[in-house]
Amino acid sequence: MSRLVIVGASLAGLRAAQGARNAGHDGELVIVGEELHRPYTRPPLSKELLTTAEHTVDDHLFPCGDLDVHWRLGEQATALDPEAHTVALGDHALDYDRLIVATGCRARPWSGPGAELEGVHTIREVGDAIALRAALTSGSPRLLIVGAGFIGCEVAASARTLGVEVTLCDVAPLPMPALGELVGERTAALQRAHGVDLRLGQGITALVGDGAGHVAGVELADGSRLDADVVLVALGAIPNVDWLATSGLTLDGGLVCDATLSAVGAPDVLAAGDVVAWPHPLGGEQPIRVEHWTNAAEQGTLAGRNATLAPADRAPYTAVPSFWSDQYDVKIQAVGLPRRAAGWRIVEATPDGDRWMAIGERDGRVVAAVAFNGARRLMVYRRAVGEATPVDELLAAVAADEKAFGSPTGAAA
Amino acid sequence: MIKVIVDMNLCQSHGECVYAAPDVFELGDDDVLRWQEEVDDSRREALEEAVNVCPMMAIRLEG
Repeated sequence: MSRLVIVGASLAGLRAAQGARNAGHDGELVIVGEELHRPYTRPPLSKELLTTAEHTVDDHLFPCGDLDVHWRLGEQATALDPEAHTVALGDHALDYDRLIVATGCRARPWSGPGAELEGVHTIREVGDAIALRAALTSGSPRLLIVGAGFIGCEVAASARTLGVEVTLCDVAPLPMPALGELVGERTAALQRAHGVDLRLGQGITALVGDGAGHVAGVELADGSRLDADVVLVALGAIPNVDWLATSGLTLDGGLVCDATLSAVGAPDVLAAGDVVAWPHPLGGEQPIRVEHWTNAAEQGTLAGRNATLAPADRAPYTAVPSFWSDQYDVKIQAVGLPRRAAGWRIVEATPDGDRWMAIGERDGRVVAAVAFNGARRLMVYRRAVGEATPVDELLAAVAADEKAFGSPTGAAA
Repeated sequence: MIKVIVDMNLCQSHGECVYAAPDVFELGDDDVLRWQEEVDDSRREALEEAVNVCPMMAIRLEG
């Protein structure tokens, strides 16, 4: 292979480049990125970058080492022709021998009335975080967050740290709905304990302006209104596959790949990160997509390595998904496929209830686990998820484990 | 030998390195990371994996 083109200059793209080089790719390596920055890590966008006045992208760049990359930053891939092996960058075409799609996701924008108002934010890129920080640190604004998932809850925590008044809204009955109701209940309690006004179980129908083009609040489904000076729309993310619409590749909630992260029907195209829909051994029949840091890092590395190999020699991607959320003094960590869980239970907890572990189960087996301040204990659960251990077996092992936090029948249960 | 350096000002005890190289890294009862500072060359691949999966970019290798 002489020229490897990677489309996407964030974590997955960078790790793909490193993976290809480490696997011996000594030909040309091109990374195309829409943003002007070299790859930077995004988790701080809802945390340190919001709360630390002097932070810029330079504080969060990945070390790139000696990669010998031809960077094409500030350029957008607009079409792909897998037969001709060309990728269009606007009005010129770039040939490739192999290509890795790592275009990630963008923030899902508000689609109802009021989207055009000033003071309405989303967070995906570093500039978004700096703009939100500026809005939160001038005067004493009231922040309203639409969507109480990972980003919404983390920004709520960061904004409270800045002393900003926060209202957090979601149509779901609990925050962090992806992680089940135990996490939801405790996250709700955590946010309320820090002074966040939680408005759950009711949708927002419109963003409302002040008559001069700036947002002034939102309207709820019951017709009532909440005032706000700044609104963050945190409604999740949309995979960036629009540019692949004419490629003939299979797009179904992401770029559909096989187990080796190779695009179905186009073995010279591989993919990594948020954009990939691939069959996971723990995921049942439907391909899954994972929008988390570790997945982007590990898939990037493997896609880069696989890109140097013939299709028959490529390894499947089978890592157990793992991800986290930092809110106030709590680190919430999760492993596995929480959305597949049919039910949740707390398995161990410290007597004060501050640290605990929960599992998600399906058909009697462990499919996911969550830790509240339990990083060390999570290792046990990560193994159980990877092996789809029967729930009874895990419970017995935890009961016999002197390192476990303790029986959850106390405060935390 | 490979020297393993962890910036404990950055480490937030995610535990990804423990998963990548359990013979080198471990989390203590207090969730604080402990690790071997000198590791045999044969473990290079696992150590590089640990560097790559650290969300805080806290791990560095020398040698």
